[in-house]
Amino acid sequence: MAASNKPIVPKFDDGPSGRKLAIICSKGNLDMAYPGLVLGNAALGEGVEVDLFFTFWGFDMIHKKRQKKMKFSPVGNFAMHLPIGGVRMPQWLAWIPGVQPFATWYLKHSIKKLGVPTVPDFLDQIAASGGRLWGCKMSADMAGLTTADLREDVIDIITAADFIEMTEGAQLLFI
Amino acid sequence: MPTQTMLGREIHVDDEGFLTEFDEWDEKLGSELAKNIDIEMTDRHWEVVRFLRKDFQEKGETATTRRVDTAGGFPVKLQFELFPKKPAKKMAYIAGLPKPHGCV
Repeated sequence: MAASNKPIVPKFDDGPSGRKLAIICSKGNLDMAYPGLVLGNAALGEGVEVDLFFTFWGFDMIHKKRQKKMKFSPVGNFAMHLPIGGVRMPQWLAWIPGVQPFATWYLKHSIKKLGVPTVPDFLDQIAASGGRLWGCKMSADMAGLTTADLREDVIDIITAADFIEMTEGAQLLFI
Repeated sequence: MPTQTMLGREIHVDDEGFLTEFDEWDEKLGSELAKNIDIEMTDRHWEVVRFLRKDFQEKGETATTRRVDTAGGFPVKLQFELFPKKPAKKMAYIAGLPKPHGCV
C-alpha cells in the first residue's frame, strides 16, 4: 500500500491514434439495426473515427420515415426466447398474427428500459459524436430514393467503391 | 489498491488512476485531476461534473454520455467539445468516479 507522489493518470491517448472503424449496416430488421449502432457509438466514445455505410435493407435505418417503423420478427429466429421462463419460442407460434407486433413492442420496451435510444435518436447521438453517415448508391437507385428521403445528417449517397476508398486502413464491421 | 498523495492528502485510486473513494473528492481535487489530463475547467465543465457526482449518489453508478445528455441536459455534442475524444471516461475521472459501465 505504498503512497506514491507521482499520480497515476489514466492513459487517454489524446494524440492522433489514427484508429478508424467502418461499419456496413445491411439489415433492416429492428434487432439487427442495434449492433452497428451500439458498436459505432462505443467506438466514438473511445476517440475512434467512425464511418457508417447503409446498404440494402439497412438503408431503412437512415430513411426519414422508415427508420421510425422498423420491425422485429421472431420468424426464423431460433434464439428467440419467451419473456416468461426463458422458453424457446416454437416457430409455429412465431407465425401467428399479432406475434410480430408484440415482439416488436417487447423489443422496443426492453431497449428503452435499459436507457438505450430508439434508432432515430441513436443516429442523432452518433452524428453528434462525430460519426459520419453514408447512403449506398445502388440501394438508393434500386428503391428510387434520393438524399431528400434520408435523414439530414446523411452526408451523401456514395458508391461502394467510394466507401472502400475513403475508409482505407479502417477496421471493418459488416452487419 | 494504490494510494497517491494529491493536495497533501492520501487518495485511493484504482490501477488506472480513477478515484475509488467517493468522499475523498472535492472540487479542488477535481481541478487537479483535470490538470492531469490537460482539461481547462470552465463553469460549463463544472456543471457537468456536479451532475455526475449527484447522479452517482442517486443511482450508484457513473452516468454514460447518453444519460448525461438525457437526464443531465448536456447534449452529447457539448460533452465531446468539453471533454474531447473520450468524454465518458474523462468526465468520470475528473468527477472522482469509476469508469461508466453502461454500453450506451
